[in-house]
Amino acid sequence: MNEAETAHPQPNYAGVFWSLFILTILEIAAANMPFAKVIVVVLLIVLAVIKASLVALFYMHLKFEKFLIYLIVIFPLVLAVILTVMTLLDQAPTPMG
Amino acid sequence: MEQVESHIGQMGVDSRKLGVWLFLASEIMFFTGLIGAYIVLRFAHLQEWPHPGAVLNIPLTGFNTFLLICSSATLVLGLAAGQRGYREGLQVGLFLTILLGSLFLLIQMKEYSILIHEGLTISSSMYGSCFFTLTGFHGAHVLVGVIWLIVVFIRSMQGKYTPEDSMGVECVGLYWHFVDLVWIILFTIVYLI
Repeated sequence: MNEAETAHPQPNYAGVFWSLFILTILEIAAANMPFAKVIVVVLLIVLAVIKASLVALFYMHLKFEKFLIYLIVIFPLVLAVILTVMTLLDQAPTPMG
Repeated sequence: MEQVESHIGQMGVDSRKLGVWLFLASEIMFFTGLIGAYIVLRFAHLQEWPHPGAVLNIPLTGFNTFLLICSSATLVLGLAAGQRGYREGLQVGLFLTILLGSLFLLIQMKEYSILIHEGLTISSSMYGSCFFTLTGFHGAHVLVGVIWLIVVFIRSMQGKYTPEDSMGVECVGLYWHFVDLVWIILFTIVYLI
């Protein structure tokens, strides 16, 4: 029973490691590129999200988990985005002052 | 064996793993709350916010990021070895992870000491408060992770983990990879952007 629950194909852990390593070097390089600030920020966020997803999907085995675990992860993320966006909107200067 | 089977709850997920994931859900809220506060405060103090490269030692922290990525790899390879019944592989994996995690903390301490000598403290400015709060809470999580890993390492020496049931290692792994994941986000937001 327990074996059936944990048994899943072994991901290519070394491949994930090298991907994370190369993406980190790309990130540091991207941060020093003479591009417009907005482009650099978007590029860095995309790279960070790819790295975080690699860790969650393969190292944390999220790729092989049941829907319940996805629900547990996604719910607080949605709440956190609402929290940050609402606070940002609240502090932005408005015509009402 | 009966004890092992009893860990699978009605949801079809091992209750120990479910417990760690629920804990991680609260950790996601904790860290995204802090990161959200950092973003909001940075937007509110754009003029006085220094460029990270001008204040922080990016190559040193880049090396620290590399250490943490390596530590996740050594842990996951150790777990895979343990699940194949290769106990020594599990122990080496855990040992290397503890070593790399401790090295990360030592380098962070060194970074803090340099910054404090340069005049950046938790109470010197809004930037200082945000920097030390975010990286400090992460560092505290790494410390807890290292202590948890030492406990798991000792238990592995006692032969507590078998190929059929290595959930204890998997649980510390979930926590450790989560701490690594948080660092990936923090490194980008605090050090690069």
